Amino acid sequence: MKALLICEYREGKLLESSYELTAFADRLGADKAMVLIGKEAEAPRVNAKVYLADAAKYGEYNPEAHKKVVLEAIKRENPDCIVFLHSSYGWDLAPRVAAALKVGQVSEITGINEGKFEVGLCNAKLRRTVTPRTGKMVVTIQAGAFNWTGEPRGKAQIEKIELADAAYPLEFVGYEPARKRDVDLARAEVIVSAGRGIGKKENVAIIAALAKALGGELGASRPVVDAGWVEHSRQVGTTGQIVAPKLYVACGISGAIQHVAGMKKSEFVVAINKDKDAPIGEVADVLVVADVMQFVPALTAKLQK
Amino acid sequence: MKILVCIKQAPDMASRFKVNGEGTWYDETDLAFRMNEYDEYAVEQAVQLKEQLGNTPDITVLSIGPDRVVEVVKKALAMGCDRGAHIQDDASFRKDPWQIASVIAGFSRDRNFDLIFTGMQSQDRGSGQVGAIAAEVLSIPCVTTVVGFAFNDGVITARRELEGGVKAVVKLKLPALVTCQLGLNTPRYPTLPNIMKAKKKELLSFPIADFLQDKELTATSSVYPPAKKGSGVVLEGEVNDMVGKLIGILKEKTKVVK
Repeated sequence: MKALLICEYREGKLLESSYELTAFADRLGADKAMVLIGKEAEAPRVNAKVYLADAAKYGEYNPEAHKKVVLEAIKRENPDCIVFLHSSYGWDLAPRVAAALKVGQVSEITGINEGKFEVGLCNAKLRRTVTPRTGKMVVTIQAGAFNWTGEPRGKAQIEKIELADAAYPLEFVGYEPARKRDVDLARAEVIVSAGRGIGKKENVAIIAALAKALGGELGASRPVVDAGWVEHSRQVGTTGQIVAPKLYVACGISGAIQHVAGMKKSEFVVAINKDKDAPIGEVADVLVVADVMQFVPALTAKLQK
Repeated sequence: MKILVCIKQAPDMASRFKVNGEGTWYDETDLAFRMNEYDEYAVEQAVQLKEQLGNTPDITVLSIGPDRVVEVVKKALAMGCDRGAHIQDDASFRKDPWQIASVIAGFSRDRNFDLIFTGMQSQDRGSGQVGAIAAEVLSIPCVTTVVGFAFNDGVITARRELEGGVKAVVKLKLPALVTCQLGLNTPRYPTLPNIMKAKKKELLSFPIADFLQDKELTATSSVYPPAKKGSGVVLEGEVNDMVGKLIGILKEKTKVVK
């Protein structure tokens, strides 16, 4: 099997997550070639062919051009499987490539189960295996599901791709950096996070009180930040901060994939949730099945004694 | 301006999910359904745009599925969409993203929509493909994962959400398709007067056979509960008991509590 891996690139640099694509290809036992729209100096360190198109010419976000580059690489390489990361870049570009080729796409693969691609269903409360019905297929892999270890060592064999001049419909204006954070959760030893299960904004104070009692920082899941209950600088997850404290307490957080990705490296995880089946249970060392607003004040009171 | 908003009905994610009898999807018995959360932001953005443009745009809201999905079409009408379209299919869960997208494209093709809003993914299947595939089939520009949307003088300025809180600012002209991320806006609650007004709005129903031409490109081969439950300890019962037990565990397993 031959896999064509589409690298991630941002602000002039190859993203290290690109190597997860090679880990996935290795799991499949596939021969690999890669595509990078970026600069040559950033080519991945792999002993493989890397199709390179210049980001200075085509831009870092220009899906129409990037799609054409990938299609050209597919034409030259004739892969069976075109692999993207399930990221803001990958989930945007992959379906465009799949549709252009009219081939099946399997999204956010979390594992390989008896040779079949496994993905989540209903926030990963169930799993399903998906089979492409077309010879070629496009897949996206969940960030962190296929880990590569060690230092990448290798030398890319570069082959350039140039597209015919064209006008493109999307104009990339630039990046807006993340807002300056007044709290660096990445350095906190203890984080107590508030999720939707706390019910209302007024209850944040109760979670913050537990954080204080444990000598830690307040964190939050995305819905709580979107609702304006907690500021964005305290958001834990793929679009917030990635944290690895000694203790992480998730209060009323269901454990959506994007949140779990942000905290699963915590040393010890306690989850408080009245839903015994909440996905957070899979990463929790202790799952307390209780109403957050009953349990947390009682815990805080006991700790303060 | 003609706007299309594509919405899906999804089950309440706090539910306990079981595999259905045939092993082909989740069991729908006793599930509560609601509008897919991502699509709420799509409906709200379409309605806000209509209001910005002096209520001149006409918004069609479309949903594919069994008769129960009419509920979410009605909610979208109550939020401010002008007309509803229900593409009837009792087995919509069996249609893969390509089929759903091509049905949307088929519906859109001769109706000349200037702007199409969708959620960036559904809460149940979560493939995140339908919006981008529909745009590709219709050959219109598409931007996904939008957390900021502005429209001035025929140009959309969209802010895409990237990892780590960074945003990418993108401009594009109509016709276009935009997929919406959580937090794009604050979806309104329909007021009672608007719910009443919605009852008078047009709601057409079409069989999916009117638009479905292609076979699936991917298929679900099996559905099952996760093999390994979390390997952690589950505490249940009386609150004060659990507090005591948890503190004991924290003292033993971490240095956080003394």
